[in-house]
Amino acid sequence: MKQLVILSGKGGTGKTSVVAAFAHLASAGPFAGQVILADADVDAANLELVLHPKRLDTEPFRGGEVAVIDEDQCVQCGDCESICRFDAIVETDAGWIVDPVACEGCAACVHQCPTASIAMQEQTVGEYAYSDSLYGPLHHAHLYPGQESSGKLVTEVRQRACRQALDEQRPLVLIDGPPGIGCPVIAAVSGADLALLVTEPTVAGLQDLRRALQTLRHFGVPALVCINKADVYPVGAQGIDAYCRANGIDTVARVPFDPSVPGAMVAGAAVTAYRPDAPASLALSAVWQQVVAVLAKDLPGAAPAATVGDAARNNPD
Amino acid sequence: MRIVVASGKGGTGKTTVATSLAQVAAERDAVRFLDCDVETPNAALFLHPRLDVHRDVGIRVPRVDPQTCNACGTCAEICRFNAIAVVGETTLVFDDLCHGCGSCTWMCPEQAITEHLLVTGSIDSGTTPDGIAFARGMMNVGQAMGMPILRELKKSSPALSPTMTVPPRRTLEIRDAPPGASCPVVETMRGADFVLFVTEPTPFGLHDLKQVAAIARELGLPAGVVINRDGIGDAAVDAYCVESDLPILLRIPMDRRIAEAIAAGSTLVEANLDDRHRFRALLERILAEVTV
Repeated sequence: MKQLVILSGKGGTGKTSVVAAFAHLASAGPFAGQVILADADVDAANLELVLHPKRLDTEPFRGGEVAVIDEDQCVQCGDCESICRFDAIVETDAGWIVDPVACEGCAACVHQCPTASIAMQEQTVGEYAYSDSLYGPLHHAHLYPGQESSGKLVTEVRQRACRQALDEQRPLVLIDGPPGIGCPVIAAVSGADLALLVTEPTVAGLQDLRRALQTLRHFGVPALVCINKADVYPVGAQGIDAYCRANGIDTVARVPFDPSVPGAMVAGAAVTAYRPDAPASLALSAVWQQVVAVLAKDLPGAAPAATVGDAARNNPD
Repeated sequence: MRIVVASGKGGTGKTTVATSLAQVAAERDAVRFLDCDVETPNAALFLHPRLDVHRDVGIRVPRVDPQTCNACGTCAEICRFNAIAVVGETTLVFDDLCHGCGSCTWMCPEQAITEHLLVTGSIDSGTTPDGIAFARGMMNVGQAMGMPILRELKKSSPALSPTMTVPPRRTLEIRDAPPGASCPVVETMRGADFVLFVTEPTPFGLHDLKQVAAIARELGLPAGVVINRDGIGDAAVDAYCVESDLPILLRIPMDRRIAEAIAAGSTLVEANLDDRHRFRALLERILAEVTV
């Protein structure tokens, strides 16, 4: 089983549109019926808006515990406020309370409270879902607005997707990654077989691509790069090409700016299904072929075969 | 007054709007700009601050003195993050898992634990050519937790140095939020006076806007919306704004020339002088919304 994760660093470069196109393309070729889908962007889960999943199973996700002050026992000494390093203890007219969003769940206040008035309480911070989608089984989740533990929820989604792939001997797990480079990204990529970075030819896109590539290298995940909306700023696209070449990373394709992409989003469809002959669809089909070719090589886990592996192990500066 | 620019969905134009808003505000106000997207901060690419103050930040992780430690295991027991383990007579600390809460240090019966700064990122600050006091947090690659850096950034207050000849009308702080709708977005909004949502008129933009709008509502913050790339999608964002009582304060049309200018590192108001008037009006609308 292989895990392909779509990432970007910068948000809004087209990750989900690429994943939807890949899911559609995979449903027809040699991968038909072979793919498990996972949406690892749990605080902005958009894949379902184009895959129209039918929910088969939903479970609450308990992200951890937060401190709660028992107001009857509390003597208002304020010790907890001074020891909390997360600014989570707040004074109100009704006395000291814990801001559950700021609370890190460390329980330091529980141990330091002189009157033992603080206890930890488990909380539900989101829900995990398993669905049947247009292009295969989909594992996804929703983190409730403002919650933490998104990394844990991402891990949960990925583990369930991989377990199903192993059980049913499906060779590919296709993962829609979150933006950024922190906890949820690490949860989405660590141990994946290949990452496709979707970037855009802007000064911000390149800066974030660089940080995403450094993160992938840190976790030993090989990477390919695809430049979306490449014709909007050709100088920027050349800059990305040059950067990738200098760091031994393959840029697999350029996808042109194409109004069919937002059009497909509004229609709630993969662009390759919505307008198969649109310039973006043709380019994405070519990207998919290249990615399949790379995945088809025998990549033993995170220590991949020659071209891609050597590329990814090089130092992005 | 503190204004947060947030979006939910990434790439809708938060930094584009925040930087232009800061530039027009700096014409009459003393402006402080905080780039709160510590994973992928980009505002400096547009505002060009001279970042002359650098500070390493991170979390305080425990170090166990092997001479004093009697391997009683109290620290491992109370640590909620499994960052400490006692193996035989040795107490091991896993820095990567530590949240820096300090609980083990206080609870050690032998007082065998001291704390050291584990650097997980940095804060750089300085002044932009427009006289904006600028600071950004930057998380180091490979780190998982941006929150400690963000908390430090909010406390950093880079020195104000407005360039106008008359005294500034007021002090404004503009915070460029990270994407998503989880805890770093909440932390960015905490203590703010107004949230400006930048969205695009697509189902993705709308879905994620609803997520962040819920946070602002929970925090009791007034908010308004900028619709970017107006015309690329549908009218569902408009309908949502009406039914949720969110004023639409500005529309930025989908225009390839704008996209090109931003790609090259210009701000909107630099790329198109007409936008200066539109952003001045936007700022006044925001001020009016807050004072209502």
